[in-house]
Amino acid sequence: MNSDLDARIGEALARLPDYLGGHVRVSMTALALGIALSVPLALVSIRRPAFRAIVLGLSSIVQTIPGLALLALFYPLLLGLAALSTRAFGVSFSALGFLPAVLALALYSLLPVLRNAVTGLTGIDPAIKEAALGVGMTRRQALLMVELPLALPVVMAGIRTAAVWVIGTATLSTPIGQTSLGNYIFAGLQTQNWVLVLFGCVAAALLALAVDQLLALIEGGFRVRRRGRIIAGTVGMALIVVGALAPGWSQPKARYLVGAKTFAEQYIIAALIEQRLQAAGLSAARREGLGSSVILDALAANELDVYVDYTGTIWANDLHRNDTKPRAELTAEVAQWLKERRGITLLGGLGFENAYALAMPKKRAEALGVRTIEDLARVAPQLAIAGDYEFFSRPEWAAIRAAYGLTFRTQRTMQPEFMYPAVASGDVDVVAGYTSEGRIAQYDLVVLEDTKHVIPPYDAVILLAPRDANDRALIDAVRPLVGAIDVELMRAASLRATSGSDDRSPDAVARWMWGEIARRKNAKP
Amino acid sequence: MAASRSSRLRWSGSAAARTLNVAKKRGPRLLSRATMAPQPPHLPGNMSTMPSPDVISFEHVSKQYDGVRTLDSVTLAVAEREFLAIVGTSGAGKTTLLRLINRLTDPSEGTVRVEGEDVRTLDPIALRRRIGYVFQNVGLFPHMTVAENIAITPRLLGWNVESRAARVDELLDLVRLDRARHRDRFPHQLSGGERQRVGVARALAARPHIVLMDEPFGALDPITRDGLGRDVRALHDELGLTSVMITHDALEAVLLADRIVVMRGGKVIADGTPHALLAGDADPYVRELMQTPRRQAERLHALIAGAGA
Repeated sequence: MNSDLDARIGEALARLPDYLGGHVRVSMTALALGIALSVPLALVSIRRPAFRAIVLGLSSIVQTIPGLALLALFYPLLLGLAALSTRAFGVSFSALGFLPAVLALALYSLLPVLRNAVTGLTGIDPAIKEAALGVGMTRRQALLMVELPLALPVVMAGIRTAAVWVIGTATLSTPIGQTSLGNYIFAGLQTQNWVLVLFGCVAAALLALAVDQLLALIEGGFRVRRRGRIIAGTVGMALIVVGALAPGWSQPKARYLVGAKTFAEQYIIAALIEQRLQAAGLSAARREGLGSSVILDALAANELDVYVDYTGTIWANDLHRNDTKPRAELTAEVAQWLKERRGITLLGGLGFENAYALAMPKKRAEALGVRTIEDLARVAPQLAIAGDYEFFSRPEWAAIRAAYGLTFRTQRTMQPEFMYPAVASGDVDVVAGYTSEGRIAQYDLVVLEDTKHVIPPYDAVILLAPRDANDRALIDAVRPLVGAIDVELMRAASLRATSGSDDRSPDAVARWMWGEIARRKNAKP
Repeated sequence: MAASRSSRLRWSGSAAARTLNVAKKRGPRLLSRATMAPQPPHLPGNMSTMPSPDVISFEHVSKQYDGVRTLDSVTLAVAEREFLAIVGTSGAGKTTLLRLINRLTDPSEGTVRVEGEDVRTLDPIALRRRIGYVFQNVGLFPHMTVAENIAITPRLLGWNVESRAARVDELLDLVRLDRARHRDRFPHQLSGGERQRVGVARALAARPHIVLMDEPFGALDPITRDGLGRDVRALHDELGLTSVMITHDALEAVLLADRIVVMRGGKVIADGTPHALLAGDADPYVRELMQTPRRQAERLHALIAGAGA
């Protein structure tokens, strides 16, 4: 146990320079941008009550948008802008990661700074303001020499609040492709590595605390006029920024970026692909924890080079189809659509399917006499179902419900890690799980047969970015994985990553997998 | 010009000696001044066509705020080196009158002149920098030291650091604050009287000819008030200032000013020397107002006489 803990902390520490660097870069840029926007807005609005009401109202609305949603919204927005700018000016910029994260976080930091600046500036004793004019100051001099210095403590309090919020919320920029301390949290949640989750939280909290205290030091320095404090605080901030960014400068930028969505299987496969690229002498890195809706667009925009998606997912989400077709036909149609509409190359299937499936404990299924989804429809009104965040809003679910006339007593949304224990303990009766997930076997669940073939096939397929369509080195390095992973191997790997064994990092599991693949290849003549 | 003015304003001798000197002079002068001070020049009708010889003049000045008339056709002039007190209840329009002089506000009707010039033709910033202003609530900048507060107008005028520092020391002496002890303090570290002395020093810093004071001693205890009042009057005389002071205290007005203007409801209802106003006025409010210091003086006199007998 102890050595396991040490190993996990070691693994977490190894990634700290990268994650912390990304986190500091995105949060400090966002904070600076937020201040640069909100202080002038506050100055304009102190003399214009109507404008002030609008600006404060809008920034309050922004604040009510959950951080994750705000970040997610900026990605498609910037993608559209990037496309426009490429077409109109020939200037292209990356809509993935840094830029959307900075803009969303800057917007997020607007309210505390703006509100405090307005409060600070409007709260100044009118007698002092009158005196400023009376001694012969211009409006501008009154602002710079009297009003701003007097409002400074309140403004700084707002900046400190914003700093803590931005550093905290920056952990949510992982799904839109910005490396941050959130990578620990997302990866840890997906692989049930609580050490990793805790590590990410503690690191973000410490960073927030440090920045907050340094800002307090600077503010106090201004208030009591201790130049030493101002310098100490500023140097401290500079050290954080430089210290967090320096490792990034010395590291060469990887040529190939491997994407991964937010679940264990994706982390393992991304690690596997990265290892294959590196084994072939190519420089590669991973972008993990990307949102389902972001990752395909990122690939199409050449922000990523390679990742694994599932045919049924693209079929339903991107082709907007709610019918289904035989496996081969559907894969061919998806491949054609990807090539024609997005320029993406479907290199081939890994050899397994990760379909949505309705599953329930074997014993309970037998007791209720349920073997197929048709059987389930009979007893469903007395049962509770749990699914992940996506499932109940996906077209497949609508199709299943329509085809089988399914209605459940209750329907609950859960993180997959909690869904399986819930069905095992009887909190819920049915789960919408994944066929390649190791836990179906682990929890002794039975997958209910889709007799009407409503659920489309979900073959795991390797996708390549448009710019890599003819990249021989990349294709040669990745091709050995085509057809090499069956569902048993994937289940075993997922199970390894989410439970038990000593070294369960995606890298270690991926190495084990490659060993298995090689062994099987040798076994088969 | 600047050099001659500064030499005129320079003090000789120590602060203590000066104070003694002033105190000695004041006793007899107080009475004589009340009787001998020139009558305010009564303005001829053709005033608006010829430049006024007065330092400050109001010609039919009215001011309305949101439809409320705070000043109603005020015509008034302040002569050079005159110490004018404006007395009246709150809401009489006293502060508005003062703020019109340095263009902290502009009249709705009429003309305000400073040294003969219509203030509307002057840059308000430059105008304010050449007029000293002592604010009702002191109005010291809380984030600046005593020295920085005093030197603010010279700084705005672009004086260099050395001449500002020298001027601060000069002014601290002038308002009888200790250079070393007070220079680097912040306003919240001072007593009320010290704060107001700094306020006076700040008003005098850029060597103005004109000083406006809005209830400068309102919040002070009687002893501090009396001492500071006498010092301000002495400075007025020594520096050859033209001063306008608002007060709601008739006794203070009588003791310090050359001339008293009584305001009520935005109008000037009496205008005369302390002596003349103490002697009686047609307006019952003015009579009532001036009765108070008179009665106080009589009672005091009787008490002293009684104790002596």
